[in-house]
Order: sequence, then C-alpha cells, then structure tokens
Amino acid sequence: MATTTKKKLVQWDPTDVKAELLKKYPPKVARKRAKQIMINEALENETPEIMANVRTIPGIITMRGCTYAGCKGVIMGPTRDIVNITHGPIGCGFYSWLTRRNQTDAGPDGENYMTYCFSTDMQDQDIIFGGEKKLRKAVREAYDLFHPKSIAIFATCPVGLIGDDIHAVAAQMKEEFGDCNVYAFSCEGYKGVSQSAGHHIANNQVFRHLVGLNDEEKPGKFKINLLGEYNIGGDGFEIDRILKKCGITNISTFSGNSTYDQFCSAHTADLNCVMCHRSINYVADMMEEKFGIPWIKVNFIGAEATAKSLRKIAEYFGDKKLIDTVEKVIAEEMPAVAAVAEDVKSRTAGKTAMLFVGGSRAHHYQELFTEMGMKTISAGYEFAHRDDYEGRQVIPSLVLDADSRNIEELEVEADPTRFKPRKSAKDLEKLEKAGFQFKHYDGLNPDMDKGTLIIDDLNQYEAEKLVELMQPDIFCAGIKEKFSIQKLGVPMKQLHSYDSGGPYAGFKGAINFYQEIDRLVGSKVWSYMKAPWQENPQLSGTYVWE
Amino acid sequence: MLLRHTPKEISERSALTINPAKTCQPIGAMYAALGIHGCLPHSHGSQGCCAYHRSTLTRHYKEPISAATSSFTEGASVFGGQANMMQAISNIFAVYEPEIIAVHTTCLSETIGEDLKQIRKKAITEGKFPKGKYMISASTPSYVGSHVTGFANMVTAMTELAESTGKKNGKVNIIPGWVEPADMEEIKRLAALVGVKSILFPDTSGVLNGPLSGEYKMFPDGGTTIAELKATGDAVGTLALGEWCSADAARELDKKHKVPCKVLDMPFGLKATDRFIDALRTVAGVTVPDEIGLERGQLVDLISDMHQYLYHKKVALVGDPDQLISMTEFLVSMDMYPVHIVTGTPGKKFERRIKELTAGLPYQVNVKAKGDMFMLHQWIKNEPVDLLIGNTYCKYIARDEDIPFVRWGFPILDRQGHQYFPTVGYKGALRLLEKILTVLLDRKDRDSPEQTFELVL
Ligand code: SF4
Ligand code: SF4
Repeated sequence: MATTTKKKLVQWDPTDVKAELLKKYPPKVARKRAKQIMINEALENETPEIMANVRTIPGIITMRGCTYAGCKGVIMGPTRDIVNITHGPIGCGFYSWLTRRNQTDAGPDGENYMTYCFSTDMQDQDIIFGGEKKLRKAVREAYDLFHPKSIAIFATCPVGLIGDDIHAVAAQMKEEFGDCNVYAFSCEGYKGVSQSAGHHIANNQVFRHLVGLNDEEKPGKFKINLLGEYNIGGDGFEIDRILKKCGITNISTFSGNSTYDQFCSAHTADLNCVMCHRSINYVADMMEEKFGIPWIKVNFIGAEATAKSLRKIAEYFGDKKLIDTVEKVIAEEMPAVAAVAEDVKSRTAGKTAMLFVGGSRAHHYQELFTEMGMKTISAGYEFAHRDDYEGRQVIPSLVLDADSRNIEELEVEADPTRFKPRKSAKDLEKLEKAGFQFKHYDGLNPDMDKGTLIIDDLNQYEAEKLVELMQPDIFCAGIKEKFSIQKLGVPMKQLHSYDSGGPYAGFKGAINFYQEIDRLVGSKVWSYMKAPWQENPQLSGTYVWE
Repeated sequence: MLLRHTPKEISERSALTINPAKTCQPIGAMYAALGIHGCLPHSHGSQGCCAYHRSTLTRHYKEPISAATSSFTEGASVFGGQANMMQAISNIFAVYEPEIIAVHTTCLSETIGEDLKQIRKKAITEGKFPKGKYMISASTPSYVGSHVTGFANMVTAMTELAESTGKKNGKVNIIPGWVEPADMEEIKRLAALVGVKSILFPDTSGVLNGPLSGEYKMFPDGGTTIAELKATGDAVGTLALGEWCSADAARELDKKHKVPCKVLDMPFGLKATDRFIDALRTVAGVTVPDEIGLERGQLVDLISDMHQYLYHKKVALVGDPDQLISMTEFLVSMDMYPVHIVTGTPGKKFERRIKELTAGLPYQVNVKAKGDMFMLHQWIKNEPVDLLIGNTYCKYIARDEDIPFVRWGFPILDRQGHQYFPTVGYKGALRLLEKILTVLLDRKDRDSPEQTFELVL
C-alpha cells in the first residue's frame, strides 16, 4: 500500500469522501464504519446520531490504546507522590514510564516517584500459581524502601485472567502498614473498548479511596478543582498561573502536577471545573452527589476560551471583586496574544486542519485553530462516547452494551455530615435564569461547520485516505500516526503529549501554539521533498566542458 | 534530583522491579517482523500492547510503524480470540494487502493458551486465508525472558519459510540480531566487501530509516524478501550474530535443512569485528580485501591516538546481553574499566561471559542478569564511574550523578542518528569511540580550571 497526496479532489464533496473511505473495506467493516463516519449538519440542528465507544475492529490498525493506559497512564500517571506499581509482566509498566510528558513540580526535596517505574515483573511461575504472593512482597518492598503516603496497584491483562485478588492484597497491606494508603485498580487492558474504560475505573477508585480523606479547610476565598487537566507540556502550570493571578484557589487538579493530599482535599472546593469531559466527568458527578459541589465545563485551550472560562468561574462565585480581577487579568493578558495572532494570521488564515485525538482535544484545539483563522474540515475522537459529540443531553438515551456494563458504576449518596450545598436553591436558579449552565456540555458537533466530516475512532487507513483526498494543511493525532502523515508531506502535530513544546493552554499557551503551528505549516522542509532532477526529469542540455 | 528516592544502601529485593532494564517480548517480535519485506506485524491480544509497542518503536525511529491487533475485549479474553484472529486475517489482507503477516502473542493470549498455528490451519482449510500470502507466528509471552527473547522467537519463526531444494545456492545466511537498520546495512556492506553473497534476515534497513519524499509506503522497499527467506534453506551456512538474538534461528535451520551454523558475538568493537570478518573470510575462502584492513587500521590508530583519555576510565553499562558482551570486550580492549554491567534479560550465561571477559582486570566487576536500573544506580552511588553507556532512561542517572553519558541500545527516545549511522564493524567502532571521546573530553573541558584549560587535547 503506497499513498501519495497527488490526486487532490479539487472540490471534494463529503459524501464522496465518505464513500471513498469505505470503498476498500469488506462489507461488514464498511457497514460498521459507516455509522462512525458522519457528515455534520450541526447548523440545521438535526445532526444524525454517531456511533461511538464501540469495539475496535480486529485487524484494522487502530489509534486506540487500552484500559490500563487510560487508568495508569492517563489519570494516575501525573500524580507525583503515589508509588504506582504495575502488577503484571514487565512491558505495560515499562511503556507507561515517563512517556506522556506530564510535568510536575516537587520542589527541591518533595516526594516525586514519577521518574520511577515500579512493576512486579510477573514470571511464568506467577502466572501458573498466582501472583498475589509476589504482589504482596513487592508492595512491602516499596514501602520499606520509600515509606510513601500511598501505594497504588494496577492490574494488567493476565492478572484478571488468573484471578489475583489485588483489592484484597491492597486492603491487607494498608492495614499492615497503618500509615500508607494502599488501593488497587482492576484496569486490565481488555476491559472496555479503549482507554475510556480505564478513566472510569480510575475515577471510581480515586473517589472511593482518596477523595474526602482530609477535611482540613484550605485557605482561599474562591476554591475550585480543575478536573481533567494532565499538565502535559506544562499546561497545568500555565492555568495555575492565571488562576492565581485572578485570586482563584485551585485545591486540586485531577491529575496534572497533583499530589495525594490534593485528591484527599478535593471535596473542600466549592466548584468543580471540568476540562476533559470524557476522562473525568464521573468524578464530578460523584462529588456533586456526595458533597454538593456543582460542576461546570470549562476549556483553557484557546485564549478566548480561557477568558470565557475565567468569566464563568467568576460569575459562579458572583463576587464583584473577583469579576473585576478576572476582567483585569484578561485585559492584561490579551494584547500579547492578539499581537502574535495578528502576526501569524497573515500566514495561517484560510488554512485547514484535521484533528483526531482523545476524548476532548479534538474539540478544544479547534478554538486555537479558529483564532489563527484556520478551519477544521474534519475531526473526531479516539475514545469518546456519544455525549462528547452530541452533548450531554443524549446520556439518558445511551444504551449500555456488554463492554460498558463491565465497568462498575458507583452508588453514591449524599454524605450525612459533609454534604453541603454550595449555593442556595435561589442563587442557583438565579444563575441558571441568567443563562449559566451547570453540568452542561454541548459536545463537538455543534461547533463544527455543516458538511465537515466527523469520524469516530479513525484508523490509519482512513487517516491516509483523508489526507490524500482533502489535503489539509495540518493534521493532528497521536505519535503512532505522526510519521505516516508526514511522509505524505503534510505536517502533523501530536496532540496527546505534543512530542515537544507546550504549554498550549491559557494565554501563554495560545501564543506557543500559534507559533508552533506557524512553524509547522510554514516550514521550508516541505518544499525539499523532490530533488531538482525529479522535478525536471527531462534533460534539456548537457554541460559543455571547455 | 530526578531519582531522589534511590538510596545508596542496597537492600534485598526479590519481588519489586524498579526502573527495568528490559521490556516485553512482543516489541522484539514486532521489530524483527518489520525486517521482512511486505510484512505486517500482528499482535494477537488486546489492543493496548500493540499501541504501546508501536509508540515505542515510533519514538525510537521517528518512522511510521504499522502493526495490527486482534483487539480482544473481555469476551475474547474469556472465550478465546480465534474469531478475532479470523476477522483480522480477512480485514488485513483486504485493506492493507501485505505479502505476509507475522503474528505474535501477548501475555493475554498466552495466558488463555491461544494456538496460532491451529488458527492459521483453520483459516486455510476454511478458505479464509488468501492464496499466495503467508503467515508466520511466534509465541511471545512476556512473563518469560524479555524483548530480546521475543525478537529471537520471531526470527526463529522466519525459518518456517525456509525451503531446501537439495541444491545449495552458494549464499551465506547472516542473522544480525537486534541491531539498528544502519547496522544491518553495514553488515551487508562488509559481507559484500569480503566477497560473500549473503542473505541477511531480518533486515530493517530501508524500512525504518526511510526518506521523506511525499509518498507514504506502508511497506517500504527494504526488508528481507520472502524469496530470500525461502532460500535460507539452501544456504551453505549461517552466521548467527549474538547467542541471545540469533542462535536459535540458526540452529533451527541446521536442524531442519542441514544448514551448518556458527554463532558469533555481535560485531561491536575491534575484536568481535575481527572474528566476524575472519568468519566471513573462512566461509568464502577468500583473502580479506585491503579496504577492510584500512578500516581496521584506522580504528586501531584512533585508539592509540587517544588512549590517554580512555586508560582505566570506569564505565557502567546497561542494555541487552549480546550487545553488552561485545561492548564490554571493546572497552577492555582499550584498557578501560567496565565496572558495573546490568541487563534485565535473564541468563546466568551472561554473567559468566562477562566475568570471563573481565577476568584479567584488577577488580571484580559487578554484573547482573535480570537486574534493573535502580540496582545499577545504587552500584554507581557506591562506586562512581567516569562514563555511563545505555538507553535513554539512563539520562536520569547521568544527570543526578553528573556522569558523561553515551546513548546506545534500545530505546533511544531523545537523540537521533542510530537509524543512520552504524556502530557495528570497524567504522561503527570508530563512531562509538568518537562518541565516548566526545563526552569524556567535553567533561574535561567543562571541569578544567581556567589555569589548565587547554586548546589541544
Ligand atoms: S501485557 Fe504483556 S505483551 Fe502486553 S505490554 Fe504488557 S508485558 Fe507486553
Ligand atoms: S497487556 Fe493489557 S494492560 Fe497491558 S498494555 Fe496490553 S492491553 Fe494494556
């Protein structure tokens, strides 16, 4: 299979592109994929349903990873002072060792285990006779060596199959130690259809074993949690800088640059701000039910989106001084952003982008492209659910399939002593009347133009086809997709861990992103792909040596 | 400090691996399979493993790595993944059109006891396997061995394709082991220079060091062809480079097709390259051309020119057994002192070999198979070194302990060059030496007080 981008469909029609994508598939595959490829009609508000969060097709080269990656890699990975032990053969732990570019700041002598990889490195004996004994010993060895506050255990595929009771081991060790919280995640890779199941499993256990352990009041007048921000490339640092400047206290981030104690104190915040809806909305819902903390959707990707999110937080607290400070901060930060946007726009305006990442970034990053005058012509998520496309209103109508039913749903009730409504019913009503939306997410579809292509779980084959047919000026996906796209001469920005660079969140992040995209689409390198003799293969004359 | 919790005192650990010096079998199988022309590696298990292996290889090579997966969900994990594999076979050949698929298992499919050969048979009898296409398979449970074992298992699986016609083809099989694409290229160059007609397998040159030309080829031009793999059964002999990586495959060809074999060390450094060239010469019955003599002489020349900076310098090494054996020998041959040597791959034989190679040194080396980098770091804290050689993860140790560091091994995620410039052969040894000297002399320049800072070194 060789692809080049020569044959550009000059006036591509989305229906033709869709047909082209499906053409080569065996009928069964084509039928399934047809339901995951949607031509957007958002503006008409009669967007057809998209199929999402369904099984990956065997043999089709997918962008997706596994439940373990979603749980250990994404959610728990960025927490610095928990010793994360992977219970399994060596690989799973090895690959999730420092590869996601989560930054952290432990200071000169704070605890930081993120640079370490801990594994039970199961051997055949453990598979045959069970690995609990080894796990118990490994947890003990970790405790004796480091005396951490907390140890987390992560199951990989074989563990579930051989029936190791990791939760019993955790409970036993916790009791034995007395001063170290030990808990486990049944995040075997085969559970669920993608990383997404792992997020849910992580949310459940963090909520069950950590949130609410520390009731001590933290200082600060306007206290929030930032949920679903992983401090990749320092995004969280930039958001924290802005929040601080506004006088907003971030009690805990789930889970960029986080500590064990931040999770334990999360219930003392007065508002949950959800960045990545897909990976963390479960915990927001549960905290609302148990502790009475309302949640709102925010987005700090894009300067405008950042300003909007700050205003939303200020509006929630309804404090005049806070509202003024937020306006002042926005006024202070925006000119620098606007200046760079103005400059790059002269080169990027009118260019096109495609984004296929994760469960929220394919949506969030469109803000930045819009700010640069670029248009997103196709986008989709790797592991999202329908609500991330169509909005939360579809949640009641989502059908639970066998794979989703696998994932535990926690029963949560109001805490008898600590449930505390953050706002009176009257205040809430007033806010809502003024257009303030709690627990609200419209999804990606309404923000995309009519006729754009929205594709769930895009695979390598379709990615190449799309690029070949529609020739975007930039393509965004993950590391596995990066180089096949770039071989075609189309720049590719990795939007999971960014590969390099960042932060891209907040105001400074927006500037970084504009400059990065400007660099990518404007790089001279794309003009060198053909050697002079390939561009003019006809020999028009020969040197006459004197 | 980045590894601030690593204590100097070494305590006994038997269950917890910290900062592994190995990874799992399938990634080795995947890398090997990419060295067959027109081959799509396939991971029979849940999709996460495949995603991890592809990502790691992609980061190491900065090249696209295509591989498919059976994408097991819970049902397949409990009831078996045969249906997934059958579906995968039909989808792969319809969509990607490879010549061959090289299937490996994962911990998951091994734990439930999947039988790939039987699935293949079933696919063929049911007419679901396209005519003229091939499938080889390797069992690669990660709870045994390491990534090196998985590589060796897939290379051994390649011998399934070997055929003997009864007539020798005059060629020599060379199994290079887990070396970089550039190394494979260099091994071919050396063999051709000596005058040996060779079949190199696997061969990732031209696959994982491809050009940027505006064209994406899922199956690049490089790689050992199926025809060549078939012809390995008619070869006059096999040179297997590396006991861990290559010996099994060579022995398999001997057993099945009576192709005699010789197992050599990987040709890193002076002496191992000498033995490799000598073996080539013997096999071909020719004299070694002057050109090779010249390359060798240049290496010896550089060693003598810069010996003062190498002499008795202490080195810590971490990596894979075959590579470490040759590297240790190289260091010893230049009067350097390898003091700590760790591999994550199991094998007592490794410790024995290292002890033999370092027997003449005035100290006892610290050597461990099935060790980890945490251990290595502790050894370094107890006995500091002048140089550290290993994969990218070593940079955390190098920074904390302020040790000059040469990246060599797998994976290298933060520097480039390994896919383009060989470290095998005499020229490769020159490059290794250049790298070693550069970090040592950069350090000298950095640390020299102004009074003794020198222009000429
Ligand atoms: S399950 Fe096994 S094969 Fe998969 S990544 Fe983990 S160690 Fe490797
Ligand atoms: S074994 Fe399972 S948990 Fe580990 S990487 Fe593979 S799919 Fe994920």
